[in-house]
Amino acid sequence: MPKWFVRAAVLCGLMFAASPFVIATSRDEAELGMVFKIFYYHMPSAWMFLLSAIVCGIASLRFLFSGDVRRDRTAVAAAELTVLFGLITLVTGPLWARRSWGTWWIWDARITASLVGWMIAWSYLIVRKYGGPGSDKLAAGLAIFGMANVPFIYISVNFWRTIHPATSVVPTLPVDMSWRLWFCVASFTLLYVLLFKLRVYLEEERSRVDTLYLALEG
Amino acid sequence: MRFVRSVVVILVLASSSGVAPAIAYAQQPAEQQGAFVPAESLPQRERMPAAPLLVAAYAFVMLALFGYVISVSRRLTAVKTDLTRLEGEIRRTGRG
Repeated sequence: MPKWFVRAAVLCGLMFAASPFVIATSRDEAELGMVFKIFYYHMPSAWMFLLSAIVCGIASLRFLFSGDVRRDRTAVAAAELTVLFGLITLVTGPLWARRSWGTWWIWDARITASLVGWMIAWSYLIVRKYGGPGSDKLAAGLAIFGMANVPFIYISVNFWRTIHPATSVVPTLPVDMSWRLWFCVASFTLLYVLLFKLRVYLEEERSRVDTLYLALEG
Repeated sequence: MRFVRSVVVILVLASSSGVAPAIAYAQQPAEQQGAFVPAESLPQRERMPAAPLLVAAYAFVMLALFGYVISVSRRLTAVKTDLTRLEGEIRRTGRG
């Protein structure tokens, strides 16, 4: 791995170690109280979930049109991270909702679409693992559907009646709350880049193993 | 018979004009939040029930991320072992 990776990993570790202190010193929100602080991890993980679905979709699209296996490896790495960050979003969201809405789950447009997006990423990985020959192209098609779902997830709270906070909440945050949020967004973005790089590297090494197996058999 | 028809008509009208909107109103979700406002101080009793959920959320995030890093590093170690073994075999057999 390159030198910058180790330095960035150390920085990311420090940021994640500092984040509980950064969040603990934040003020509570008037209506939601202390549980609002889940927002500092919930929203960045949701953004990484959506970003990853977009990366997976674009890489799959390029793989389908160019047949470049490097794009396919990128898509696999992004699909796995979509599942990881989607899981974090879908678990932290209900923990927040239980206290603020009085229920773990509501079937509104955003939450349902997020669940669908997460299941599409899961199905991508399942097709890749058990689909047999040709499953890479089939999975790429799924990833494109997953990407098409992203704008719907983002804007759904502004168009459908829901109790999920609107997209307008982030720009309205006071400075002492917003810098904490952007600190967490930066931590999650750095973590995403590192995990993505590591996961792509794993796929590249797997590809080398396959090449060596073929060389031995040939 | 006319009386029964009249009762049915009144019931249908009542359900469409009064009862249905009342049910729809009752099923409406709470008001959507458009902005987050900081609170200077909240009563302690309102803060306490949130703490276990907050701790659970952060613990889950940390466990999920840590678990994933462990999973990737284990897979990477297995692949590296395979690579070393295969490269050794190729050197021995002179293929590749």
